[in-house]
Amino acid sequence: MTKTANRRRWLTGAGVSLGSLWLAACDRLTASPAYMKTLASAEGLTRRAQRLVTDRKALAREFKPADLSPWFKPNGTIRPADPEYVALLAENFANWRLEIGGLVERPLSLSLAELRAQPSRTQITRHDCVEGWSAIGKWKGARLGPLLDRAGLKENARYVVFHCADRLGAGEGPEGGKYYESIDLIDAYHPQTILAYEMNDATLPVAHGAPVRLRVERQLGYKQAKYIMRIEVVDRFDQIGRGNGGFWPDRGYEWYAGI
Amino acid sequence: MAEKRRPEKVLVRRHSALTRITHWLNVLAISMLLMSGLQIFNAHPALYWGSASSFDQPWISMSMKEVADTPRGVTTLGPLTFDTTGLFGWSGAPGMQEKRGFPAWATIPSYRSLADGRRWHFFFAWFFVINGLVYLAWGLIGGHIRKDLWPTRDQLSPRHLLHEIATHARLKFPKGEEARRYNALQKLAYLAVILVLLPLMLLTGLTMSPGFDATVPQLLDLFGGRQSARSIHFISASLIVAFVVLHLVMVVVSGLWNNIRSMITGRYAIEVEGDEA
Repeated sequence: MTKTANRRRWLTGAGVSLGSLWLAACDRLTASPAYMKTLASAEGLTRRAQRLVTDRKALAREFKPADLSPWFKPNGTIRPADPEYVALLAENFANWRLEIGGLVERPLSLSLAELRAQPSRTQITRHDCVEGWSAIGKWKGARLGPLLDRAGLKENARYVVFHCADRLGAGEGPEGGKYYESIDLIDAYHPQTILAYEMNDATLPVAHGAPVRLRVERQLGYKQAKYIMRIEVVDRFDQIGRGNGGFWPDRGYEWYAGI
Repeated sequence: MAEKRRPEKVLVRRHSALTRITHWLNVLAISMLLMSGLQIFNAHPALYWGSASSFDQPWISMSMKEVADTPRGVTTLGPLTFDTTGLFGWSGAPGMQEKRGFPAWATIPSYRSLADGRRWHFFFAWFFVINGLVYLAWGLIGGHIRKDLWPTRDQLSPRHLLHEIATHARLKFPKGEEARRYNALQKLAYLAVILVLLPLMLLTGLTMSPGFDATVPQLLDLFGGRQSARSIHFISASLIVAFVVLHLVMVVVSGLWNNIRSMITGRYAIEVEGDEA
């Protein structure tokens, strides 16, 4: 064997060993709760920095009908198997009612027809999945703000929680693995925050969350809760699910979902 | 009879402490950002132009396709298709191959976890931004960029540039007094990375934020939409990798230990004529 070939082999070997050590170290660090907590601390910094430099009332960009995506990728649950939901779907949601309760003066129970009669907004917006893709869709729905005003928020109200019909993860108990999401009151009262019942000028399809899904523009796709059954106004969400304010936030994703 | 002058090695001060510290912190930040970035890319290993994804027409994609009942890694680039089994699309140790864009050895963590990848990425993004701002502030105020990195007029003459390209191609590098400063190709490469590629990474990264977009929609217009920003983020990262590879090659061929010492202790050896030392 020539000297160069020998040296090359040695260098390759050293490179591969160093690389594997580096990777193993990164995996071990990822498995360490203390280290990941340190990394997660940057999240608080990101959230606060974003809150500081962004205008929380700014509208998300709206697009023209020509910009609509020919195909809008459905993600997460695309057909809930929950018996309660299957029964509601069989009746075309005639017996579905949206409950709005929790820290409100006058709890509401609205049929789909009643929800459709509420002040509405139509918007063509970009949906950004945390995976990296985007799709543009047209949404029509009842504005959440006026609905909350109708129910009357109690003084200690701070977050709005959306309880969904679909079960995406495994879990114990009736609520285990159930999808849910939450937003703060600034986002709840944002004009583009709607309970959408129409998509691209048609009734909201099951794959996209029929009968009603949340649109909270300016946040990632996993915040756009589908198959909404119940809205609960709370002062804290640490006792719901695993305590992080949503199905995916309970699984390591950011609650504020702004980046 | 003239005495023959013997070249003598002298150590000159090459890099300030701040340059050295920010350089190594940047090595750490860029490595972490690159590898966690590939983890994030793997969540949807395809890139598009414009605002939204045209799912059937990515300009680049990595996927798995079964060919005669055998999974193959397939990478497409425009109209071209490549079999990249073992590298892109389908990779892993024998018996443990899986469908993934970049292979396990290129991502942090090595296994698939978008949530953890994002945690690493955003943590080191702050690290990178703060380190970069310290460097730039000092570089602008202290004159490092103007004095050491900005090419002088004589360095930019076509004649000089052609000469440098020709000598670089033959792996011959400036000696003596000329070695006291960076050569023009070096300066241009450093400036392109420091003032163009690295800031571009930050800006295209922010453009992918739906929250930031609402406040600064001009970024969307600047880059041509969120999916374009994602593509430019990827291309810019690839150019940084290309720079790092070239940088490392140059470090090796132009005097490995001298270069490494200069970035650790700050001292760089140059050869000067005997009686001048």
